[in-house]
Amino acid sequence: MPLLKNDTLIADTWIHGGLDDQLPEAGDVIVPFARLLREFDQLSHRPDKLGVAFSNIDRAEALSTFLPRLSLVALPFPAFNDGRAYSLARQLRDFGFRGEIRATGNVLPDQLQFMLQVGFDAFDIGERFPLEAWKRASKQMSLAYQRGLFRRNSEAEVWTERHTDAEPWLEQPHAG
Amino acid sequence: MYRYDEFDHQFVRQRTAQFRDQAERRMKGELSEDEFRPLRLMNGLYLQLHAYMLRVAVPYGTLSGRQMRQLAMIAERWDRGYGHFTTRQNIQYNWIKLEDTADILSALADVEMHAIQTSGNCIRNVTTDHWAGAAADEIADPRPVGELLRQWSSLHPEFSFLPRKFKIAVTGAPNDRAAVKVHDIGLRLHRNDKGEAGWEVIVGGGLGRTPMIGVTVRDFLPEPELIGYLEAIMRVYNLYGRRDNKYKARIKILVHELGADKFKSEVEAEYARKPQASTEVEERELKRIAAYFAAPQFDKLPRWSAAFEAAKLKNADFARWARNNLGVHKVGGYAIVNISLKPEGGIPGDASAEQMRLMADLAERYGSDELRVSHYQNIVLPHVRKDDVFAVWQALDGAGLAAANHGLVGDIIACPGLDYCALATARAIPIAQSISRAFTDIDRQEEIGPVSINISGCINACGHHHVGNIGILGLDKKGEEFYQITLGGSPSEKASIGTILGPGFAGHEVAGAVGKILDTYLKLRAPSEDFIATYSRLGAKPFKEALYAAA
Repeated sequence: MPLLKNDTLIADTWIHGGLDDQLPEAGDVIVPFARLLREFDQLSHRPDKLGVAFSNIDRAEALSTFLPRLSLVALPFPAFNDGRAYSLARQLRDFGFRGEIRATGNVLPDQLQFMLQVGFDAFDIGERFPLEAWKRASKQMSLAYQRGLFRRNSEAEVWTERHTDAEPWLEQPHAG
Repeated sequence: MYRYDEFDHQFVRQRTAQFRDQAERRMKGELSEDEFRPLRLMNGLYLQLHAYMLRVAVPYGTLSGRQMRQLAMIAERWDRGYGHFTTRQNIQYNWIKLEDTADILSALADVEMHAIQTSGNCIRNVTTDHWAGAAADEIADPRPVGELLRQWSSLHPEFSFLPRKFKIAVTGAPNDRAAVKVHDIGLRLHRNDKGEAGWEVIVGGGLGRTPMIGVTVRDFLPEPELIGYLEAIMRVYNLYGRRDNKYKARIKILVHELGADKFKSEVEAEYARKPQASTEVEERELKRIAAYFAAPQFDKLPRWSAAFEAAKLKNADFARWARNNLGVHKVGGYAIVNISLKPEGGIPGDASAEQMRLMADLAERYGSDELRVSHYQNIVLPHVRKDDVFAVWQALDGAGLAAANHGLVGDIIACPGLDYCALATARAIPIAQSISRAFTDIDRQEEIGPVSINISGCINACGHHHVGNIGILGLDKKGEEFYQITLGGSPSEKASIGTILGPGFAGHEVAGAVGKILDTYLKLRAPSEDFIATYSRLGAKPFKEALYAAA
């Protein structure tokens, strides 16, 4: 499945391991959260990167001890209007997680900008829409009222624009 | 009142362009109706029984004359010459074409208005006291905070796909005219001994299928913490609110199921964890906004206006209207004018384009260019010199806008019901009209005194029937409309949910039943006791007997 990252389509090089699949000796793997809990010791000794496919009903805190070893957290959208993963992504970024946060499931162009703003930086997008549609969708609005969220170069925060004499926003976060 | 700066303008223009593109893609068939639906809803466009309905946000109910005139223009050019003011201080147009919608949004943007988030499972238009900035009992004008919240909640990326819609109301006065206890979040201003302002935060109130009074989670939240704390509430709700059942998805159910203490501790834990610098309400931003809401330059006038008193002596109709429709202004020599949109036998909340223009004229000429939409579906001119009140009344009278029933039986709140709404199970407007016609005798209305009648055409309770002193809920039983009556509701600071009286009534019986209830009240009331006080003292029993014993 094509993966959208930094406005380009890239191949997904991660190995998606199920709950009980045999994992290859090497290679970056994504495992379900239940498996991470069960086999964290073995998994953390693998030579390559480790990611987790999280659910949107578990608490972000449950991941906090694992985050330093994780390079990727995949958060699901079972339906485009199930918005729990927006809050989970924000919480993970608040915890200081700098790895990839990947949106999976029912990911649509019209929600792309919102996802970017809360800290998602990779998207499982399927084949339905051309890359152009995604690129256009990622910059539909160039202004936002909220502060301290993730902004691309083409976006500005109203507050910062209004108060140009202000100190640059210290915690302006940047994903990845 | 608030004026857009270049950034507000740019934001709304972009949003309009975005919608134009979406609507065009829909009309070309590139978007299916299923895919278009959430996009149009986020822009206030519903598909109703007969046509599209566009709900336009009137932030905290405040309008200028120019804006009201533009609403009139839209009604004439793209609708059927009228609009419907709602219980959420908004205006709805009921006969809209999809292909016109982007042009309408553009016309709204011309006067610093929009329809963003008047629908969908997001934070809706923030409502407040329709007497804000004018009321004598007010601690401070709540609208700067209303505007702050409008901006913060506009296209908030984290909170645009909540379990369900989310409504915030704000009041700056101890007498609650914003119904803050029956909102998802209600904010009520308090001042401490040091003169500092702090907000009581009330969560989990609501009407609909499961009416509840909200619980206070903070007694006195310092103003700079407001946004951060609200984000913590929203995050807890977004993560843990139920999504399995649309009727259990509002925050009130989460508060109820977790219990108020547990809910509060979740919020406090979230709030304590989150870095707060990025959400701190900056004093300079709040000051920037508040400057727009500075009170108009009031003249120094005597409290007593000779012209006003003389006009009342000369004209009994004016005297009656003045008695019922004026509110006490904080400045001597001024009055708050409440324009009733409830003429005898009329449709509650409807106004024609001509009427809107007239009200705009009056606001510009006599009222510091301000109008308010109230959640009672009326219009308010908040600052009118008493010397000018008679002239205002004359103009209103000439336009069919001088109903003297403000706060009385005839001042009925009703949702659009089955005449328009796709969700409705029964009609609401004809019931309102039949009650209105049964009480044409304004002397009798005045004798009965303050009482609120609220009618909803379905369980979703847009007519707020749970908090009507007399609430009427239209339901469908095997294809027949019938109406359940509740008594004892109130949206005030002493908020209460009405109690169902007994079996329902057919549509043509409702006005008679209301008559019996009010006759019973007149018989049993103590001197100077209003309806709700008598009900509180006596309970439902005598009313039940009057309604059902004889039958």
